[in-house]
Amino acid sequence: MLTRRATVRAGIAALALALAPTAFAPHAAAQDGAPIKIGEINSYTRMAAFTEPYKKGWELALEEINAAGGINGRPLEVLSRDDTGDPATAIRIADELVNRDKVVMIFGTFLSNIGLAVSDFANQSQTLFLASEPLTDALIWSKGNRYTYRLRPGTTMQAAMLAEQAAKTDAVKWVTIAPNYAYGTDAVEAFKRELTKLKPEVEFVEEQWPTLFKIDAGSAVRALEQAKPDGIYNVTFGGDLAKFVREGSLRGLFDDRVVVSLLSGEPEYLEPLGGEAPEGWIVTGYPGFDVDTPEHKAFADAYEAKWGEEPKTGSIVGYNSMMTIKALLETARSMQTDALLETMEGLRVDSPTGPFLYRPVDNQATMGAYVGKTGLVDGKPRMVDWHYAAGEAYLPSEADALKLRPDSQ
Amino acid sequence: MGFYFAQLLTGLANASSLFLIASGLSIIFGVTRVVNFAHGSLYMLGAYMAYTLVTTLPGVFGFWTGVLLAAAGTAVVGAAIEILILRRIYNSPELFQLVATFGVVLIVQDAALHIWGSEDLLGPRAPMLDRAVRIFGEPIPEYDLALIVIGPLVLGLIWLLFHRTRWGVLVRAATQDREMVGALGVNQRLLFTSTFMVGSFLAGLGGALQVPRESVNLLMDLNIIGEAFVVVVIGGMGSVTGAFVAAVIISVANAFGVLVFPQISMVLPFLVMAIVLVVRPYGLFGTPASAHGATVPEAPLRAMPPAGIALCAAAVVAAALLPLVDDGFLLVLAIDLLVAMLFAASLHFLMGVGGMVSFGHAAYFGLGAYAAALAVRVLDLPMLAAMAFGPLAAALGAMVFGWFCVRLSGVYLAMLTLAAAQILWGVTFQWQSVTGGDDGILGVWPARWASDRAVYFYLALVVCGAGLLLIRRIAHSPFGYVLRGGRDSALRAEAIGIDLTAHQWLGFILAGTLAGVAGAVFVFSKGSVFPDTLAIGQSIDGLIMVLLGGVQSLLGPVFGAAAFVLIEDWVTRLDYWRAIFGAIILLIVLVAPDGIAGALGRLAGLLRLRRPA
Repeated sequence: MLTRRATVRAGIAALALALAPTAFAPHAAAQDGAPIKIGEINSYTRMAAFTEPYKKGWELALEEINAAGGINGRPLEVLSRDDTGDPATAIRIADELVNRDKVVMIFGTFLSNIGLAVSDFANQSQTLFLASEPLTDALIWSKGNRYTYRLRPGTTMQAAMLAEQAAKTDAVKWVTIAPNYAYGTDAVEAFKRELTKLKPEVEFVEEQWPTLFKIDAGSAVRALEQAKPDGIYNVTFGGDLAKFVREGSLRGLFDDRVVVSLLSGEPEYLEPLGGEAPEGWIVTGYPGFDVDTPEHKAFADAYEAKWGEEPKTGSIVGYNSMMTIKALLETARSMQTDALLETMEGLRVDSPTGPFLYRPVDNQATMGAYVGKTGLVDGKPRMVDWHYAAGEAYLPSEADALKLRPDSQ
Repeated sequence: MGFYFAQLLTGLANASSLFLIASGLSIIFGVTRVVNFAHGSLYMLGAYMAYTLVTTLPGVFGFWTGVLLAAAGTAVVGAAIEILILRRIYNSPELFQLVATFGVVLIVQDAALHIWGSEDLLGPRAPMLDRAVRIFGEPIPEYDLALIVIGPLVLGLIWLLFHRTRWGVLVRAATQDREMVGALGVNQRLLFTSTFMVGSFLAGLGGALQVPRESVNLLMDLNIIGEAFVVVVIGGMGSVTGAFVAAVIISVANAFGVLVFPQISMVLPFLVMAIVLVVRPYGLFGTPASAHGATVPEAPLRAMPPAGIALCAAAVVAAALLPLVDDGFLLVLAIDLLVAMLFAASLHFLMGVGGMVSFGHAAYFGLGAYAAALAVRVLDLPMLAAMAFGPLAAALGAMVFGWFCVRLSGVYLAMLTLAAAQILWGVTFQWQSVTGGDDGILGVWPARWASDRAVYFYLALVVCGAGLLLIRRIAHSPFGYVLRGGRDSALRAEAIGIDLTAHQWLGFILAGTLAGVAGAVFVFSKGSVFPDTLAIGQSIDGLIMVLLGGVQSLLGPVFGAAAFVLIEDWVTRLDYWRAIFGAIILLIVLVAPDGIAGALGRLAGLLRLRRPA
């Protein structure tokens, strides 16, 4: 009996010894020169077309930061993981990054539901999460929390940019087409709301809700056509967009009509259309090399030198995420979450697309988007007549935003 | 008038594409009994190859040559899959091939990413068919008209092939009774390989013909496969004519459905399938024989020897000590493992003990998770009370769907369970005001007393452990014997006066309830729940766990779940993890055709043999 108990005790002692190094790990990491570890999660296999340029973007920034001596003398290290497109997996990975790898914060995610899942986890585990790409409004408003910040302009912001342009046209009778999930429904709702605000006489006469990436484009186009609209608001993207454009132009759906299309100016979605890209659609997106501010030129040239291709929207999102992290870590008084949160409030970031800041009231960055028209330049689809729409102009007032946030913080 | 006619034509054009892929799937199933999950991958490969060919070869001649060459290339890939993988496992338990083909899906995804890159590729329109013509004043794409012709044309050619050639006669004979065809001295290997090639050719053709209509991308495989299965099942497994009729029904219904209720496209095919299966249990053109071959009676389950019980007890004790060695993540993984084990074991109870294969077991897992989450968010219940809602809701769901499902058998039963899961998935997806839709339900974390990871781990260990024990207990009870008797010979079971349907229904409810328990434990470990928990992917994961572990042992699903979760967790850290994961699955399938439990059993047998008598 005694011997057995002794064995158990010895075992537990051995385990405790084995555990000891992990227990002291945070202290060791705090030493000068040890790398600062950041966790990163994205849908690399599920959404390769969009997350590849994004990864190239933050890798470029990371390289530049470390080449310039890191963060206050400490190199930055990113532990990057694939969430496989599944929210439950994303949470498991976040858990491992935070609790085993002891990263100081997490960034990334593309799909809205994964963004929300990780944001909820961040709230629970009291870890800072910088959501790079997910567009859902819920992330910063209805389901916002103090640990989650978002970089990109969300659905409502981008829809408002388009509604502003749409209100300048003569179109009164509108139809909408959007993929049948949260992003699509939010985007349609926001556009309706914003456009009606600017131009009360508009009416929406037909809506189509194809299943994401399974659009039956011929039928949908016909249903839209039947409503004989003046304007079409499109939220489809990726493979759905290509199919919609092809079937729509075959059937003359876009002839003599105003078409407003969310995100369609992004190279990820526009470039695959090649010579068939529609001309004259009002879009939000990213004009790549055409942005010729010195900051952007430096970024684009460095990007091309490293990867041999023009930057895409994902590239700029990845790069600006890392610029945010750089600004944050350089200013924060320590790597503790409390210090990081304090610094995030109103944090100002200089980026290739211009300076922006993180609004303390709803944790949304004021990074904007480019609004313009689609066109063909030398047979290649490009954005033309574009301008940069700064994010702050399209956010609700601070008082209104506060009302949108849950009071339990 | 013109409008509705045009909409009909659009539906018919879609039907042709759907028919091509579904007919290949149906032919392959009819002869080889393989539920070929990789059929969507073949379709995608056909599209990618066609893209490369038609952008290289010029003109009209180049286009059609490219399409045919792409289909032929897909046939060659199909032959390779059949010869290298499937041929070795035809004698494995039913549906084992499904797991193998899933491994192929993963490998093809990474191969396509590597070869063609991640960007969507938009091919050229078909030369000479790149405009729209006006019919009753409505613009109709010429290429749609071509597709409307191609569909029936291919149907005719398949008919000729099957009715006017010796090969076709043999294939039809094999569809009816493959043992007899084998007994007559027909070279089965050649027959199976050539059938697989024909099926692959059709899948490749279907993909290639899509190039002028949509961009070629990496999501094509999984996007098409569900619908293709639906078409095959509605038509009756193995019936090409059935596939054609079903493709027309689905596509036309969809074309008009979007006019009336645009949101419906998400579940419409599955709704149609459920209705057809309830009314005509074997599909429109199927026969009871087409459900699947007779099952081989399994050896009776034996009580675990004392050594086994000791080993299991030791494993539980070891698990209970895990919090001592936790490095911040070990327990997270362990909870995931426990959930997966109970989920897989409940599925195994349904398919291994009850003989009812389910392709939609995630429905009850998801119901359990959602019910528990809603109990917290809406009813404001404390954690344990909310958890109890999980199995309750799952039981209710299983009661409703099970009543319909147990009236079918084999693949048809499996497909009806899939339809049930898809319909539920559609409901959670659409019912935004209650379920949050795609945004899910957030903030469902454990109660304060269980918020420590170790406490929640022990809770999961107790709940899931109890569930596993219960399954074991029931499998060895008279009720379990009835289920197994019914599985091995429904006729004899009924002959001795057993109401098999009632017992199977009960078994179905039980399995659903336990899956609901797993779901309830799951939701509090993740803090949130999304429609993905009810999606096809989750059901497939469960099937893989069960089949990897081995169907013929109660411990199988436990091993299978452990292997699956651990391999997935490790491998997703690597580049090209899908290809590696797929290769590992294939390796296990080829090395241990009776699953991990079977392999361990054989190993134990070997050791015992060597022991001096």
